[in-house]
Amino acid sequence: MVLLTIQNATLAVTAVITGAVLVFAALLIARLIGPRSFTTKKGETYECGIPTRGDSMAQFHVGYYLFAILFLLFDVETVFLFPWATIAKDLGSTALIAVGTFLFILVLGLAYAWKKGALRWK
Amino acid sequence: MFDFSVVTKWFNDLLVGVMPEWLATTIECVIVGALLLLGYTVLAMFYIMYERWVCAWFQCRRGPLRVGPWGTLQIFADVIKMLIKEVVGLWKTDNFLHKLAPYFVLVASVVVFACLPWGKGLQAIDFNIGVFFMTAVSSLGVVGILLAGWSSNSKYTMIGAMRSGAQMISYELSIGIAMLTIVCLAGTMSVTGLVQAQEKGWFIFTGHIPAIIAFIIYIIAATAETNRGPFDLPEAEHELTAGYHTEYSGIHFGFFYLAEYLNLFIVSGIATLLFLGGWMPLHINGWDGFNAVMDYIPSIIWFLGKAIFVSFIIIWFKWSFPRVRIDQMLALEWRYLMPIGLFNLVLMAVIVSMGWHFAG
Repeated sequence: MVLLTIQNATLAVTAVITGAVLVFAALLIARLIGPRSFTTKKGETYECGIPTRGDSMAQFHVGYYLFAILFLLFDVETVFLFPWATIAKDLGSTALIAVGTFLFILVLGLAYAWKKGALRWK
Repeated sequence: MFDFSVVTKWFNDLLVGVMPEWLATTIECVIVGALLLLGYTVLAMFYIMYERWVCAWFQCRRGPLRVGPWGTLQIFADVIKMLIKEVVGLWKTDNFLHKLAPYFVLVASVVVFACLPWGKGLQAIDFNIGVFFMTAVSSLGVVGILLAGWSSNSKYTMIGAMRSGAQMISYELSIGIAMLTIVCLAGTMSVTGLVQAQEKGWFIFTGHIPAIIAFIIYIIAATAETNRGPFDLPEAEHELTAGYHTEYSGIHFGFFYLAEYLNLFIVSGIATLLFLGGWMPLHINGWDGFNAVMDYIPSIIWFLGKAIFVSFIIIWFKWSFPRVRIDQMLALEWRYLMPIGLFNLVLMAVIVSMGWHFAG
């Protein structure tokens, strides 16, 4: 069991390195065979063609933040449900009622957010 | 059906016989990495071509035909063009983060790619938490996209990245819940376990109505997750130029392009794994002759065929539905797919606990 996990972890690390090597090697090839030149005009932000006004690392719509918080809540819930789902077959009705209650409380939370208008894009 | 683990085991024994174990492991890792790299690039190139063909077919166009037979050489021209174009160094970007972003996007997609069940005994990473590991790693891609948008220091990339982030994290929930529904039915999270559990019948057939609902939810969420089809508002070209990768040029842009196509394959592969039996051939109970013929087709062809079929459906969406607005996109997820998905999960749990599902 432990041996298998170590083996898989090694392979996962291999995959990570593979991805990084892919990016690095392709960039290296592009550096070697592609042209390189630099002018002040070329280094400007492209955006849509006309000169950019001001800095763009500015404030953004708060709605995105709201959805990120909601996501966090429900994503953690999914993490909690995974172990239960794996053995749901053997646990039977007691666990079903427990998880049903847990989901009911969460859905109440979703309903509250809905009622408050958090799910509406403004 | 041919079992690939015979080959890998023979190769492993061969290596361990002539050299110390650490060296054998290193060589094996290098070979696995090289194969992954090969599979990744070849599939990405195939997918770019495949999408062009399917799009041309839907629009009654002839598509790319000029370069090589049926335009197959066009893609090589594209790759070479991408490689020899200049990587423009912008002076207003956050340089470090700007260069880091493609690493996140590509590494996330390569690792999930390595988890897919390619065929019998042909699979790189096989954790016992399989599908959970996949969701965990694939959410790293969002970090890369947000970094790309933020570090570019341009308004369009910023808006594109924010939209993309909101969209991907929202629809990730639905993907997670659809996965949970299937994990509930199968009773295992490991990729091999999921495929083995579908030996007597694919989950979409044996899982009653909840499996079908979960499949529909998964396909919609996967389309949104890959920023495609009607959900392509992060890179809506007439609003945002090109979305989060507007400021990337040459091969830097190519990485996002590559990952986008490969992500299409990956979500199709996961759909195949969860609902369409992974590499398991189609068996119909009682039809022994038919089943025997199906067993002759290699498992890797089964997997690729099913994944390409699911991708076909996802590309089809693109030409059938108009682009959604951001409020519609969020409403679809939070008001429809998520509550339906949660209800569906409870339904599946009830069916599984009561033993109402088909034994297959």
